[in-house]
Amino acid sequence: MVRVDGNGNSSLICVRGLDKKYQRGSEEIHVLQGLNLNVEKGEFVAFMGPSGSGKTTLLNLLGGVDVPTRGSITVAGDEITHMSRSKLTEWRARHVGFVFQVFNLIPVLTAYQNVELPLLLTKLNKAERKTHVETALGVVGLTDRMHHYPRQLSGGQEQRVAIARAIVSDPTFLLCDEPTGDLDRKSADEIMNLIERLVAEYGKTVLMVTHDPLVAKRAHTTLHLEKGALVEAAGKEVAAS
Amino acid sequence: MAIPVIYNMRSVKARWTSAVVAVLGIAGTVGVFVAMLSLARGFKATLVHSGSARNAMVRRAGSTSEMDSVIQLDQEKILEDAPGVARSAEGPLVSPEVVVIAPFPLKSTGTDANVQIRGVSTKAPQVHENVKIVAGRLFQPGLNELVVGKNAVHSYAGLDLGNTVRFGGGQWKIVGVFDAGGTAFDSEVWCDSNILSEVYHRPQSIFSSLAVRLTSPDALSTFKDALTSDPRLTLQAEREVDYYDKQSRVLTTLITVLGSIVAAVMGIGAVFGALNTMYSAVAERSREIATIRALGFGAGSVVISFVVEALLISSVGGALGCLAVLPLNGLTTGAMNWQTFSHLAFAFSVTPILLAGGIVFALLMGLVGGLPPAIRAARRPVAAALRAL
Amino acid sequence: MKFLPFIFANLFRKKIRTVLTVGSFAVALFLFGLLFVVRGAFTGGVDIAGADRLVTINRTSIIQPLPLSYRDRLLKIPGVKQVTFANWFGGVYQDERNFFPQFAVDTDTMHQMFPELLISDDQWRAFVADREGAVVGENTAKRFGWKIGDRIPIRGTFIPGIWEFNVRAIYHGTRPADDTTQFWFHWKYFDERKPFGKGFVGWYTIRIDNPDRAVEIIKTIDQEFANSPWETKTDTEKAFAAGWVKQFGNIQFLILTIGGVVFFTLLLVTGNTMAIAVRERIGELAVLKAIGYSDGFVLRLILAESLMVAAVGGVLGMFLAKLFTLAGDPTRGLLPFFYLPAGAIAGGIATALAVGIIAGMLPAVSAMRLRVVDALRRV
Repeated sequence: MVRVDGNGNSSLICVRGLDKKYQRGSEEIHVLQGLNLNVEKGEFVAFMGPSGSGKTTLLNLLGGVDVPTRGSITVAGDEITHMSRSKLTEWRARHVGFVFQVFNLIPVLTAYQNVELPLLLTKLNKAERKTHVETALGVVGLTDRMHHYPRQLSGGQEQRVAIARAIVSDPTFLLCDEPTGDLDRKSADEIMNLIERLVAEYGKTVLMVTHDPLVAKRAHTTLHLEKGALVEAAGKEVAAS
Repeated sequence: MAIPVIYNMRSVKARWTSAVVAVLGIAGTVGVFVAMLSLARGFKATLVHSGSARNAMVRRAGSTSEMDSVIQLDQEKILEDAPGVARSAEGPLVSPEVVVIAPFPLKSTGTDANVQIRGVSTKAPQVHENVKIVAGRLFQPGLNELVVGKNAVHSYAGLDLGNTVRFGGGQWKIVGVFDAGGTAFDSEVWCDSNILSEVYHRPQSIFSSLAVRLTSPDALSTFKDALTSDPRLTLQAEREVDYYDKQSRVLTTLITVLGSIVAAVMGIGAVFGALNTMYSAVAERSREIATIRALGFGAGSVVISFVVEALLISSVGGALGCLAVLPLNGLTTGAMNWQTFSHLAFAFSVTPILLAGGIVFALLMGLVGGLPPAIRAARRPVAAALRAL
Repeated sequence: MKFLPFIFANLFRKKIRTVLTVGSFAVALFLFGLLFVVRGAFTGGVDIAGADRLVTINRTSIIQPLPLSYRDRLLKIPGVKQVTFANWFGGVYQDERNFFPQFAVDTDTMHQMFPELLISDDQWRAFVADREGAVVGENTAKRFGWKIGDRIPIRGTFIPGIWEFNVRAIYHGTRPADDTTQFWFHWKYFDERKPFGKGFVGWYTIRIDNPDRAVEIIKTIDQEFANSPWETKTDTEKAFAAGWVKQFGNIQFLILTIGGVVFFTLLLVTGNTMAIAVRERIGELAVLKAIGYSDGFVLRLILAESLMVAAVGGVLGMFLAKLFTLAGDPTRGLLPFFYLPAGAIAGGIATALAVGIIAGMLPAVSAMRLRVVDALRRV
């Protein structure tokens, strides 16, 4: 169960008292204040909130791409907030699968090669990598397009390749930042169907940021970011423990 | 409708790092090009100006230069009466000369270079009208005295006025310095021909060449005819200017050939640099270009606009290159005259024509570097460019 | 390396740009090769000069001769093993522009003094037997299409008249820097036919037993003939060649300057190209880092791309330079040889790689320092 009250330390992802502030010129902006979160394995959580509320910041912090000003983030028992930059990079490779709104794929590589990218960081040999890549592409239903370049794929297909890449090394959880933001209704539906399947059939844990309520509805739980902290339903604020 | 040039100027300014790279590439190429040609021209000019249009250089028929020519005194006597020979109060203006080379240490390297030593008679300054004694005096006949050209004083160690030098097994006193107007003679050392012949174990009746002052430049043909028709003479005559012009040929050819190859190759490199810059410019500005065209400017305007931009950049590069080389003008250096194996001091000669040539070269490179990208810019379908991120 | 396809893919992203940059390297390295060749043409003789040979000329001037009688006196000097002599002929073959060096040589000793110049025994014997015989270097023979048995007329300059010779031998060099443009004929024939100056030689070449004793032997020789009407000046062959080269002009400086300009410009062009290439890919590089590629990896990636361009361009440029030298001397005989030494090729490629690293360093570091957050925020 997803909790935002700071309890439930046996969760897969456990966030306590997260603060993040930026310096913009002479101003200090507090994007996140005292944020708490617990996510169990296999959960599908959507984060919503107005523009500038810090959704993407939260995702970046959870993915180890940014460091908080204060607070702790524990994933599968690892406390990541005090890891060195290089250790964080290694950790990310093993535990996180990213799906972005844009810039997902490397245009000079084929779909196959794009999906293979995370595996090149491992010690798997060529044959082993092939198995994983083909499996991942099979899950997203794009085996017949694996040697096409991104420019030869539609927006929806590109995003499916991105998802294949995100799952190919079997990460602990997936982080999706507005995955359907650039797509038309039909493609968006396809992508959401795929993500739902990943959760239901493969037991993946997915944290997703979106501004689209229809997309958010697909998730198990929707959390709103207001004034730097998470609220469960509309209005009910969370007390920090 | 033409796209205003101010757009190009501002664009270049906005992407100034790339522009600077292209400018420097072209500047370097133009600089090297102009510098090498100035070197060749300076060498040639020094030699060519050594000759006077009113003088004839007489050597033995079949010789390639003064160094391998041998003329007997009796031939000289016959020649003095030939038509076209100018005369002064002291007699016919014919200077028999003995030309040899001797090693003297160069100031720049400390090692020896072969200096051309010219044994002359006291008539020499009258025949070679460009040569003037500017310090000291002419040597006295019969004595071990030297007069030194002003470039020789600068190039070799120990040839200052008043010094004594050892050469040819004897001691010689430097009694004068002459100025020959920046010609080959300025690198020479002159002395009494009779003494020189003695030192070089040659009979005093043997000379290397005769310098003859003609009554007028046109008198040359009459003079030459007289020489060839006289069976007693085995001599050849040519205008002094032409003799020295031929002398410059070998080294000038070498410098020009090598310099041109270098400049051509560098030019290709500079064009590559310009192409790179312009292609990147087109790529980064594809949306701007599409907007401009959507506004109504035709493809032709776009092409011209980019070519103008390329020419702007290359002309700055060309000007920079020329400016960088300009200080070289008048700078003296030395090289070996391959015809006589003697050392010759000369100066870089950066002429307006060479500078203009440099700018033209730069513009050419700009044109070649700007045209293909410009055409690509014009060819891109407007709609696709506007849609692209 | 498994990342090689990725590096190549990145380079072919903008084909024209890569081609142009590789082309810039090729052009620059071609030029470097050319500069090496010119430098080598002037200094090559110095490098291969015989360590155990000395050259003795007239102290007053190189154009002054030395008496033939000096030969026996030289042989008596301790340390001197062999002595040969020669005269400069300086004739003209058809046109003054067809220059090649001609020497009247001592047929008894010339061959042994220069063993690095190969002549078959039969040919040498034929040359010695024919008073009007000539030995021609392979370069000159090829240039004019001469073969054994041809009769070559040469017009004398300081000794007038037409001199005709029969080509009896062709010599080959053993090293690329060997001068194979020379033309040798009998000194005895030369001395006989001279109308004046008989019994005099242009210079002596001396082989000594121990190169380490060169300095004292030189001193002894020059002292032997001091205060005579024909004083000598002796030097090692190397010093003699080096002194000769120094007179040509400040070639070294010219070459260094041109080389420097080219090197610097190449650095700029490459650096700029790499910087643009990195700027365009900030989003991709951010994705790579998000996936889990380290900062160090990104640094190495950019450097590898830069090095790849440099390596391909460098090898291409050197290859073209080598080809160019095979086409022969563009100045038609003014330079004694025209070739690219192996050392220069290696040095050139090393220089190219150095430029690749230096030029790629700044963009590579900026790519390394890139923070994923900043890059993604730039949408």
